[in-house]
Amino acid sequence: MDRFSWTSGLLELGETLVVQQRGVRLGDGEEKVKFDSGVLLLSTHRLIWRDQKNHECCIAVPLSQIVFIEEQAAGIGKSAKIVVHLHPASSNKEPGPFQSSKYSYIKLSFKEHGQIEFYRRLSEEITQRRWESMPTGQAMQVNKDTQAGRIRAVGIVGIERKLEEKRKETDKNISEAFEDLSKLMEKAKEMVELSKSIANKIKEKQGDITEDETIRFKSYLLSMGIANPVTRETYGSGTQYHMQLAKQLAGILQAPLEERGGIMSLTEVYCLVNRARGLELLSPEDLVNACKMLESLKLPIRLRIFDSGVMVIELQSHNEEEMVASALETVSEKGSLTADEFAKLVGMSVLLAKERLLLAEKMGHLCRDDSVEGLRFYPNLFLTQS
Amino acid sequence: MHRRGVGAGAIARRKLAEAKYKERGTVLAEDQLAQMSKQLDMFKTNLEEFASKHKQEIRKNPEFRVQFQDMCATIGVDPLASGKGFWSEMLGVGDFYYELGVQIIEVCLALKHRNGGLITLEELHQQVLKGRGKFAQDVSQDDLLRAIKKLKVLGNGFGIIPVGGTYLIQSVPAELNMDHTVVLQLAEKKGFVTVSEIKSSLKWETERAKQVLEHLLKEGMAWLDEQAPEEPQYWLPALFTELYSQEITPEEAKEAIP
Repeated sequence: MDRFSWTSGLLELGETLVVQQRGVRLGDGEEKVKFDSGVLLLSTHRLIWRDQKNHECCIAVPLSQIVFIEEQAAGIGKSAKIVVHLHPASSNKEPGPFQSSKYSYIKLSFKEHGQIEFYRRLSEEITQRRWESMPTGQAMQVNKDTQAGRIRAVGIVGIERKLEEKRKETDKNISEAFEDLSKLMEKAKEMVELSKSIANKIKEKQGDITEDETIRFKSYLLSMGIANPVTRETYGSGTQYHMQLAKQLAGILQAPLEERGGIMSLTEVYCLVNRARGLELLSPEDLVNACKMLESLKLPIRLRIFDSGVMVIELQSHNEEEMVASALETVSEKGSLTADEFAKLVGMSVLLAKERLLLAEKMGHLCRDDSVEGLRFYPNLFLTQS
Repeated sequence: MHRRGVGAGAIARRKLAEAKYKERGTVLAEDQLAQMSKQLDMFKTNLEEFASKHKQEIRKNPEFRVQFQDMCATIGVDPLASGKGFWSEMLGVGDFYYELGVQIIEVCLALKHRNGGLITLEELHQQVLKGRGKFAQDVSQDDLLRAIKKLKVLGNGFGIIPVGGTYLIQSVPAELNMDHTVVLQLAEKKGFVTVSEIKSSLKWETERAKQVLEHLLKEGMAWLDEQAPEEPQYWLPALFTELYSQEITPEEAKEAIP
């Protein structure tokens, strides 16, 4: 920790911010220090740490001081860490929080995650060494001390050897995984080719294929994640799975819809259903494809798509056009309303409130006043007073 | 003189040939479906084997996830299309991304009133990590982008806008065309932009610049600072770095959960 210097935390001219992460604790080798909770910033030139509670407390170390870095996986009750091995501090270093340290490395503890991204970026910066080609306003701390250089060489050789062994081991695991993955993908590719060939046959036969065969084919495509080569839609409607799902949804959504005035956006439904499931979640496409079948299966809920592209699920008994009448009353009472104001009054999400007001406008009941202060709706007096 | 192919006999022969061809066509398709079914079972076994050896690798290693996704895309397979797909069921990739989708939606909803529905990928990343808690698995920015691409189909206006080396994530159904995107990119450097800057950088007329800026103001994605020294400045709250450290308030969190 004696390699750090106090700093203002402001970036120099020519220095760029690469990535930052909150919730990082610094450690001096194996020991704890008082830098417990801070934002860690990586720039093209330095590693900067700023205390989250006291922004004045800010320290930095130049990237040129870094010898190499290692990852340390998280454990029970322990956050993931990055270990940063450093050259000894140069004699002309700016003053910092520690005069000396018995360790030649520090530990960065990622209490709020973010270590993977940070490690990747830090590795990149150390490799690219952009600080060498981008001189900053501040004097660069160049390690010209040859005495220190000789001492460095001795201790580091052993560490580097250990690191090399670890790299080889990891490489072996990764390359085995990649090999297996490549073989798997070859087989998957065969499946894709086969499905294309079948699709061509279907096109040639032009309607001679049975319903049963179509359903079978679609379910095979679904399992493999292959888009339907005939219709180009990702196995739209027609699979057993989506039919069952549609029926399930009708059951699950009845009560929530009633609680919310009979209408919910598809994103709300997605969150609600997946939060309830916990495991074996639905993909967004699963949800949309199931909802597209609601009407044809004559279920008590239906999918509706507004002009804006917003998709909602409504109770069959829900009549948005009737709701427009009551919306008009509300707007008239208040003189005029924005979507935000209307949403708060009625207890709806802003998204759906806006859609209702837009529909009312489309039906001629409301007029808009579109200014930089926002979109405001008024009762359409042209209609009522002419 | 006989003209080739003409005559009742030739026609009859041709019809017979066509009928036989069609028949064979039917048989061929059935055969192929049966073949596909068999190959599918075999593939499922291969995938199970792969999963038993490397499922952890996919879970823990974001680089490996990227490789996996890229390979799938190259051969024309979408492992995230359905929760019912083999990939999702056996490798567990589905749940990882679909749950991430829920978390992304919640963060965007909670912060929408602050930034108009535009947020940088960095801030989204930070907030999602915070929400996931200490014991959850880490997610990379690439993971977020893939989850967001899947969310588009829900019709809520999810979009990814490249700006200066990173991305702005749109989560509201506001229409943002090329003009708006280009101005956002211009604003990314300093967090704000002025009419003069737009005119000199993009060579537009005043009217066009003003229209774009007004649209962003109306959508709540830009705030106007009329007190600025030389001319009014249009700031993008999505780019205020100070906001990164601001917690999502309990009121905002309530807005996010259906």
